[in-house]
Amino acid sequence: MSFFDEAPRQRLSLPARFLRLHWPLIALIAAVATVGFFMMHSVGRGQAPWAQQQMTRFIVGGGLMVAIALVDVRFWRKIAYLAYAAGVAGLVAVDVMGVVGMGAQRWIDFGFVRFQPSELMKVALVLALARYYHDIGPVRAGKLLWLIPALLMIAAPCALVLIQPDLGTAVLLGLGGFSAMFLAGASWWFFILMALGLGGAIWAVFASQGTDWQLLRDYQYRRIEVFLDPTQDPQGAGYHINQSMIAFGSGGVEGKGYMAGSQTQLDFLPEKRTDFIFTTFAEEFGMIGAVSLLALYTLLVWMCLASALRIRHSFGRILAGSLAMAFFCYYGINMAMVMGLAPVVGVPLPLISYGGTSMIALMCAFGLMLSAFVYRDAPFDTRRG
Amino acid sequence: MRDEELRGQEMGRKRFTRRVLLLGGVQGLVGAGLAARMYHLQVVESPQHRAAADRNRFDDSMIAPPRGQIVDRFGRPLAVNKQNYRLFVSRDGSPDVEETLAQLARLIDLPEHRRQKALRELRTGSRFAPVMVAENLTWDEFALVNANAPALPGVTPDVGWMRDYPQKDSCAHVVGYVATPSQQDQEADPENRRLLLLPSMKIGKNGVERTEDPILRGKAGARRAEVNVRGQVIREISRDDGERGAELTLTLDADLQKYAMERMGDYSGSVVVMDVRTGDLIVLASMPGYDPNPFVGGISHAAWRALNEDPLRPLNNKAVAGSYAPGSTFKMIVALAGLDSGMISPQHTVFCNGRMPLGDHIFHCWKRGGHGAVDMNRAIKESCDVYFYDVARRMGVDRIAEVGRKFGVGEAPDVALPYVRPGVMPDRAWHLAKYGYGWPQGQTLNVSIGQGYVEMTPLQLALMTASFANGGYGVTPRLVKAINGEEVKLEPLVDLGFRRAHIEAMQRSMDAVCNEQRGTGYNARIKLAGYEMAGKTGTAQVRRITAAERARRVRANEELPRHLRDHALFVAYAPRHDPRYACSIIVEHGGGGSAVAAPMVRDILTRLMTRPPPSEAAGASEEVGQGRAG
Repeated sequence: MSFFDEAPRQRLSLPARFLRLHWPLIALIAAVATVGFFMMHSVGRGQAPWAQQQMTRFIVGGGLMVAIALVDVRFWRKIAYLAYAAGVAGLVAVDVMGVVGMGAQRWIDFGFVRFQPSELMKVALVLALARYYHDIGPVRAGKLLWLIPALLMIAAPCALVLIQPDLGTAVLLGLGGFSAMFLAGASWWFFILMALGLGGAIWAVFASQGTDWQLLRDYQYRRIEVFLDPTQDPQGAGYHINQSMIAFGSGGVEGKGYMAGSQTQLDFLPEKRTDFIFTTFAEEFGMIGAVSLLALYTLLVWMCLASALRIRHSFGRILAGSLAMAFFCYYGINMAMVMGLAPVVGVPLPLISYGGTSMIALMCAFGLMLSAFVYRDAPFDTRRG
Repeated sequence: MRDEELRGQEMGRKRFTRRVLLLGGVQGLVGAGLAARMYHLQVVESPQHRAAADRNRFDDSMIAPPRGQIVDRFGRPLAVNKQNYRLFVSRDGSPDVEETLAQLARLIDLPEHRRQKALRELRTGSRFAPVMVAENLTWDEFALVNANAPALPGVTPDVGWMRDYPQKDSCAHVVGYVATPSQQDQEADPENRRLLLLPSMKIGKNGVERTEDPILRGKAGARRAEVNVRGQVIREISRDDGERGAELTLTLDADLQKYAMERMGDYSGSVVVMDVRTGDLIVLASMPGYDPNPFVGGISHAAWRALNEDPLRPLNNKAVAGSYAPGSTFKMIVALAGLDSGMISPQHTVFCNGRMPLGDHIFHCWKRGGHGAVDMNRAIKESCDVYFYDVARRMGVDRIAEVGRKFGVGEAPDVALPYVRPGVMPDRAWHLAKYGYGWPQGQTLNVSIGQGYVEMTPLQLALMTASFANGGYGVTPRLVKAINGEEVKLEPLVDLGFRRAHIEAMQRSMDAVCNEQRGTGYNARIKLAGYEMAGKTGTAQVRRITAAERARRVRANEELPRHLRDHALFVAYAPRHDPRYACSIIVEHGGGGSAVAAPMVRDILTRLMTRPPPSEAAGASEEVGQGRAG
């Protein structure tokens, strides 16, 4: 605990900041991402340039992560609301002028790059909530009245994402936001009420099916129905999950071998590059590989949570802790989804699934976490902030 | 104030730590749950998922084996496999199948109904399943399509095999034909159901194609390929081409058969020529014939109806399935029964005045005024009916039936053809069972001249003749001479148990029929020295001659409409002193045996015996036959 005893410093020199980076955590991130490169190579049958593209993104994202980490965490607190506003503006923009892809509007096309504001939003929301709870202080955080601004901050992007419609991202945003509230100290009563409310909402979703005020799109109902019984429609909506479970289970304990997963290589597994990449991994490396990767992810999150405990300001703690929990929700939902434990809602496997915005957003989040860790002893003057 | 804030900070920090540890624990629990699910999928349920993955991955298909070819005794093709140029179209490969088919129709003759059918199948079938749009293309058409392949996206040319019967209608009844297995065929053979479901698979439906189907079919091959989700074959994992079907050599002489049918002209009926020692069926013709080729690709309903409703019944194989009254050709059996029972001797004489009364009925001889005093030889030679009435009446029908059955009457010959009928050899027990009352004596008289209940097929007539010719031995007819070039073992001749002298008496009488003046076959005799035949004419009455007509004058056949005229029959063997071949013929509504049937047999046998010595691969079998019969 020697770090905690160090005298808080106003400013850190660049080498000092470098030394204070959480290097084991960075190594773990790189290790998980490397698994992703190999998987891209496998699903590309050694021909498609997906692994190289993914590596490029990781390198760019890694640079971004270090750059963000080296910036004073107080700066991030300062621009937290700005980032949130930018995220909301981006979501509004996709709803207005986004391009249609996969039956949902999710991208802004800048011509040279396609950008998903919802990915940015996942980070910005946690950032804004961390600032909010930091600013109101731990005592008021436990009061019910102070929940209302936080809830509104979560509700706005969730609603905008649901319009797109992207249930998976909305769930992830909500879970990230609630993680921040929980870690910041929101009352247990709130979460109990939330659980009841969620039950009511689920009831409403099913009750609304087929009526004028239907809450979800037909395809989402279909996915839920098929999730509850995938054999209902093995060629249609249940096809994805059935093929995924076949691929997963046929891997057995030892797997079919790298690049030798028949379900993947013969294209029986859909979306294998993105949402179902974990299935490919499990098919080719078996239960040994799947459990190992799960352990790697768990270790990564635990390491983040442990590092959050060492941060001496509540902004950093809440930021790091809730980003870690968001990351956990990410892989947890993805794994549950491909194994048939959760409906197929389109949540990629973090750091491994193919996708630029998702990778960049994740690396930004790790950058913020690391920034909070580098400046773990920085004194905050809330009044001046 | 400051302290309060610090206390608040401390409280917030402790609360954070508690909640982080809680969430870390929750995360560990969720991780354990996920790991448990992995165990469930990858260990507990793994075998079932592995099987499902293999079902996805492997495409197991059967390969229809090439069907064995059928040739005649000289190697002339009877059933062969012809290359069949076909075109398939798949929706997967073509952006607009309708346009593709329209393009195709500009190149080749593609009837509108065919096009519509293909479009329908394309719309309803799987995106990747190819649909056949044309087959039996000429090489020129096929080459044209291949040359224009870039303009025809989605069209796949393919070469398959198609059964072809080059002899067309002359051998159809013997060779039969193949066709696509029906629902019943598939149900009747569940073991081979998958093979029978193959689109190119055909099975024997008639003739030898049907009876020898198991060996002609061969053994199905199997292929296991790795396919992707679109059904495209990535690689072949294993392949077993199966075994081609056996090549059959029939005993038939296709050219002689064709000649026999031509010689019968417009008449319907049947000719059978066989080797009296080996049982080889050299000619087994049924008139009229039909072309089996349309059956292979699926005959149109109209064409099938036309064949089926034709009064001359072309689809019926009259040689084995036509049951006729043998008429006077049956008289040798009656005479032999008389000799064998010791009832009469060859010298036994009957006075024929042209009629024999029995009860209140008068049985007539074909010759008005009668033959006068006739012995057995003359009775056969001139075919005197009254002689046989007299012998039969004294002998009784059961004695005749006993001999008849020894000659195979009433029993289906053992030959590799479907729908073989047994004929009828009536006796008293048969009559009682069938009609419920005793045998009317008048029927004995009818049977004695091969009329009434007695019925024989042309093949049975030939077998009977062969037994007289070879000295009284039963012959098993042989149709399949060799399988894959390996000679089929001959069935041994069976001694029917008649005294040699009695058989020789029959032979002498049959000789007299053809080679003595006033013999009924004398006018149709073979004059070539050393090739003379011996035989017996027959005329089977189709109508009943009333007493009133008989009182005026029995109308001659020429005066009657064709369907009322008598059937003309003739059985013969040749050469008379060293019998090799037996022949039977039935000319439906031909009139008289001596005038119509006998000349046909004369010509067929003459041609058979005087044809240039063919390079018969069956020399071995003939030696065997000689050794046996001698």
